[in-house]
Amino acid sequence: MANLTTKIGNLTLKNPVITASGTFGYGEEYLDFLDINQLGGICVKGTTLHRREGNPYPRMAETPSGMLNAVGLQNKGVDYFINTIYPRLKVFETAFIVNVSGSTLEDYIETAEKINSLSSIPAIELNISCPNVKQGGMAFGVDKDMAAEVVKEVRKVYHKTLIVKLSPNVTDIISIAEAVEHEGADAVSLINTLLGMAIDAETQKPLLSTITGGLSGPCVKPIALRMVWQVAHAVKIPVVGMGGISNARDAIEFFLAGATAIEVGTANFIDPAVSLQVIQGIDDYLQRHHCESIIDIIGALKTA
Amino acid sequence: MKKFIGNLVVSENIPLKNNHFLLKLTQAEPLPLMLPGQFVQLKIDDTPSVFLRRTFSINYVDRLKNEIWLLIQVVGDGTRSLSKNKTGDSLNLIYPLGNSFSMPTATQSRLLLIGGGVGVAPLLFLGAILAEKGFSPSFLIGARNVDGLIELEEFQKFGNVYVTTEDGSAGEIGFVTNHSILKNTFDKIYTCGPTPMMQAVTQFAENKSIDSEVSLENKMACGIGACLCCVTQTHQGNQCVCTDGPVFNTKELVWQI
Ligand SMILES: Cc1cc2nc3c(=O)[nH]c(=O)nc-3n(C[C@H](O)[C@H](O)[C@H](O)COP(=O)(O)OP(=O)(O)OC[C@H]3O[C@@H](n4cnc5c(N)ncnc54)[C@H](O)[C@@H]3O)c2cc1C
Ligand SMILES: Cc1cc2nc3c(=O)[nH]c(=O)nc-3n(C[C@H](O)[C@H](O)[C@H](O)COP(=O)(O)O)c2cc1C
Ligand code: FES
Repeated sequence: MANLTTKIGNLTLKNPVITASGTFGYGEEYLDFLDINQLGGICVKGTTLHRREGNPYPRMAETPSGMLNAVGLQNKGVDYFINTIYPRLKVFETAFIVNVSGSTLEDYIETAEKINSLSSIPAIELNISCPNVKQGGMAFGVDKDMAAEVVKEVRKVYHKTLIVKLSPNVTDIISIAEAVEHEGADAVSLINTLLGMAIDAETQKPLLSTITGGLSGPCVKPIALRMVWQVAHAVKIPVVGMGGISNARDAIEFFLAGATAIEVGTANFIDPAVSLQVIQGIDDYLQRHHCESIIDIIGALKTA
Repeated sequence: MKKFIGNLVVSENIPLKNNHFLLKLTQAEPLPLMLPGQFVQLKIDDTPSVFLRRTFSINYVDRLKNEIWLLIQVVGDGTRSLSKNKTGDSLNLIYPLGNSFSMPTATQSRLLLIGGGVGVAPLLFLGAILAEKGFSPSFLIGARNVDGLIELEEFQKFGNVYVTTEDGSAGEIGFVTNHSILKNTFDKIYTCGPTPMMQAVTQFAENKSIDSEVSLENKMACGIGACLCCVTQTHQGNQCVCTDGPVFNTKELVWQI
């Protein structure tokens, strides 16, 4: 077995495979299908300061090789997470990362501060890139100055590993990655979903209640790879790559492009145990290529 | 209830009228416990336009033959691909998912199961279990025309079957809510079918203060409560049709008309 341990800031993961926020619940939903202790980490559902009902149904539309969602951060709020869900998660031996979302700067700060006190949560993923909420969300992630400000303020109250999740819905993702690195982010993760749309030609109506939604799945992978590659070249902090990863080969491509760890999202819906196959497949690949450690292939893309 | 993921083998694929077919699936080991109202998520591999799993109610469980039945209507690429399965083909399922219809209380004995179109699927399994428990359920089945009436002979094994068609080509003419059997007294109604039908039955049951359950068919991605795509509005807020449902007591629902 090759050495699969990888580091994001102060957080050491036993392997570089994390399940992506919003696609793996709190991990508990998947217990019948896999041993979640074998995962490098689990990014739990987007968590906000107050309870959110999310958007009306329909929230999902299938697309060629992917799906659009407009869930809109439905969750019971950070206090419910702390009091009810967190005690159940503490027994598992994987890194639980809380995806922190918000509508205002104060929301982000207060939520991050509350999570900071949880001893078994080693990191947060600051979601400044959700396309499905009217206020805030993606607004913070598409403006360099707003992105910098929210990271700066959260950094003051959050003392563990701070990962900032970037939006692909921008013209220059590098400038945003650089801005959040400058304000003290320990890592960036990308990509969140791409803003998209689907129409039912027969009824002449949109297929999502919100008209537009976030695109994910294999169809976004080429864009995600390109962005991971660009950002990995521009910043010194680790990059967590995601977007359409469905198997080990996809994951390897992200490592070669410069990712230090990867997240598996939509693919969990089709095969709930896919992440374990990805871990196994990465190990097989490393052995086949005579690599002792995952570190050997991070950013190892041959361009010359 | 424990959920499983695994490959089942097609023991039979029976074409039925009006673009329906009945898939019977089996495996070497005994099938796990499954309850009426529960559903499966089926993976479709060979069709590029189909990305997510497809959701189907458990139509019937044949314990003797260790078979699970799925009654499917061809409506798009996924169901068309499934219709081509042959005996011996293998299909990947996540099952059994969701809650189930609740059994009648001690004071409920006059039971009516109302189905429309392919929505009759879960009612066969429910009817079978009710009959096994000593009830004599009645079935009221509605379709556009005589061709849309599927599996009637199966339903007749478990109770009296009443029929409506919109064009009068079989049974009484009109919608299920127009049928004369509704003049009788019922203690509990179970419904599955197109949303307007379920709404009409809900209205009827509410007017007569009859306990009533419906099985919803919201579009799903994961089917296991992880993505929150399948929600319906209830008096407790948005709930997942895949885990809190698909069966809801109509008192819980805020119908979006
Ligand atoms: C809990 C549940 C139980 C179900 N049980 C059965 C069953 O027992 N038998 C059966 O034949 N079908 C059942 N369905 C519906 C079935 O899942 C869809 O018909 C199927 O997914 C269509 O796949 P497709 O690729 O053939 O069509 P697509 O190309 O995906 O769609 C074709 C057409 O069908 C419509 N459609 C797609 N999904 C659904 C859905 N979930 N509900 C209603 N309309 C939809 C689309 O809007 C479109 O107009 C159930 C759905 C749910 C959620
Ligand atoms: C149904 C659904 C819900 C999601 N919810 C969140 C969320 O709450 N927070 C977040 O940062 N990303 C969320 N995402 C985005 C994913 O975490 C991931 O960034 C994106 O889907 C791309 O990866 P994939 O193609 O592997 O799914 C969600 C994605 C989906 C499909
Ligand atoms: S389909 Fe994913 S939560 Fe119901």
